[in-house]
Amino acid sequence: MPDTDTDFSGPDETGHFGPYGGMFVGETLIRAVTELAQAYAELSSNREFWKGFDADLADYVGRPSPIYLAERLSDACNGARIWLKREDLNHTGAHKVNNTIGQALLARHMGKTRLIAETGAGQHGVASATVAARLGLQCRVYMGAEDIVRQTPNVYRMKLLGAEVVSVDSGSRTLKDAMNEALRDWATNVDDTYYIIGTVAGPHPYPQMVRDFQSVIGREARSQMLERTGALPEALVACVGGGSNAIGLFHPFLADSDVAMYGVEAAGLGLETPDHAAPLCAGRPGVLHGNRTYLMTDEHGQILDTHSISAGLDYPGVGPEHSWLKDLKRVQYVGATDAEALEAFHRLTRLEGIIPALESSHALAWATRLAAGMNGEQNILVNLSGRGDKDIEAVARLEGADYGSISGPG
Amino acid sequence: MSRISQCAARAAAEGRGLLIPYLVAGDPDFETSLEIMHELVRQGADMIELGVPFSDPSSDGPAIQRGAERALAGGASLDGVLELAANFRASDTQTPIVLMGYLNPIEIMGYAEFTERCARADVDGVLVVDMPPAEAGDLPALLSGREIDRIFLVSPTTTAARAKEIIEYTSGYLYYASLKGVTGAALEDRESVAENIARIRGWTALPLVIGFGIRDVETALAMSELGDGIIIGSALVERIGQLPGAAGRKAGQISETVALIGAVRQTLDARQGTGKHDS
Repeated sequence: MPDTDTDFSGPDETGHFGPYGGMFVGETLIRAVTELAQAYAELSSNREFWKGFDADLADYVGRPSPIYLAERLSDACNGARIWLKREDLNHTGAHKVNNTIGQALLARHMGKTRLIAETGAGQHGVASATVAARLGLQCRVYMGAEDIVRQTPNVYRMKLLGAEVVSVDSGSRTLKDAMNEALRDWATNVDDTYYIIGTVAGPHPYPQMVRDFQSVIGREARSQMLERTGALPEALVACVGGGSNAIGLFHPFLADSDVAMYGVEAAGLGLETPDHAAPLCAGRPGVLHGNRTYLMTDEHGQILDTHSISAGLDYPGVGPEHSWLKDLKRVQYVGATDAEALEAFHRLTRLEGIIPALESSHALAWATRLAAGMNGEQNILVNLSGRGDKDIEAVARLEGADYGSISGPG
Repeated sequence: MSRISQCAARAAAEGRGLLIPYLVAGDPDFETSLEIMHELVRQGADMIELGVPFSDPSSDGPAIQRGAERALAGGASLDGVLELAANFRASDTQTPIVLMGYLNPIEIMGYAEFTERCARADVDGVLVVDMPPAEAGDLPALLSGREIDRIFLVSPTTTAARAKEIIEYTSGYLYYASLKGVTGAALEDRESVAENIARIRGWTALPLVIGFGIRDVETALAMSELGDGIIIGSALVERIGQLPGAAGRKAGQISETVALIGAVRQTLDARQGTGKHDS
């Protein structure tokens, strides 16, 4: 069961983390989110539900995921030891499935027959299509037209799993627009449809519920680190788009005041340019997609187009709990650029034989920088939130390599 | 009594359904919007809902999304919308104007600043689509302090207890969204609209205005007989989408574009007195 702490026990019963979060949706969706909040409150106080969740995570997802000491990467940094929480080894290749397993159980409990989801990198779409196939539910996934091009392998995986993938051509044609479209679908088909949001954003209860499902990452990691090193790590590092893998890792450590935490946003072409996706580093509070949170917004309140090499981080908002943790100064939010992430992608691949997702590569980029300023007795735990198989085509394209030729990137 | 309440009272006394067109302000430019607003009044609009364009209109269907995209492409912003309202008011002191939009532009401007600027532009009402009363903070009190009406929506999925709570916050008129879904979808279930409207009438004396999905004269007439008025949005915004910008426009083109509103007005007036106000 999710643990809570007196200082960081948000949200309140109406879904607020300090000034952030809430339920900012149109009236047609109010009943749906209210019913969902009630259903989740009921189910999450039921021990049997968590037993079923844990069993699915063990037998179907392959949990617990190991922690791995990346020795050659650590040596190359000549500083702290870098440990990886191997969410990339989960079934479907990322942390996203922890959440879809939980929400699918809830959808079934509520008697819904149709799942919808939004996806950026496609990992959440795949994880949703996967649980839909397993439970025999209909599934439709909304995906920005630009992301469909960037993440072709995942699009085909979703189709193989029986999901219908809908290309979204409005706005910036990325994750935020897919989310708008999913909200419209939900408002229209609210009776039979369950909307699986893939991150800790959206209206209450999503930020809380998704965090609770993802907190398995931090609970495992906490006891694994204690077992392997006899102590908690000096620092945790995770990438932040919407922020579900980060909150999943951080949340069980929030009360451990000696553990520093770093959330790494996508700095794109640089935080000093307009081309990034780093609302916590360079945005301001506003309201989007059902919650108040830090956003990329212009002075007129229009949402800005974002840029990141990684489709999964290319989102103008962030989960409201992160906004709160930023204001409380419990977590430090920093950025890694496209170039830094790409360098970290290659580095881990060559030094450890692990191809990381471009999202997770942002966390790796920051962790290696952090490690260099620490000593060999200290430990950093990085959430390796997903594997990079989905990205290899995009990386080849970016670097002008001939994808499919044996000469490779050299 | 607010301009909206006076307007509604007058229509009720005459046994006439309120006709409220919606347009996206600044679509395709503010000059055109101003002309359209005056033409709407000439053709019989009682009030005007002025949509504030937003980049992520997640409660709206494709017609209004595209209208917002056109307006934003033309440089529209909340500042411009307030200026448009003031310009309209300079030559029309009668027709109430309601701003309808999403919260983020208001949040970024600041609630107090927004309220002051609405008051200065002589805006009559404000409807924020993604701001339920429980999340409204001090905005309702600020608006109320400047005698600006607070319009809220109820929908087919709103529970009785919640509808009563929303009514407590509402002034001017209550907006009944007549379908599950987004603006501009097809209205299917007239009977449930009738039942819901009858239920809501038991809880409030506020004028009930029906919107979402009224696309033609026939539906307009049917809905007008159930409620105190109707809102026509997507069908009008689609037509405005066909208009060329001010430079390439022929005389009479705006009048043709909004002819649906004139046609609805005539039909409603022809049936004047045959609706529910008789009973």
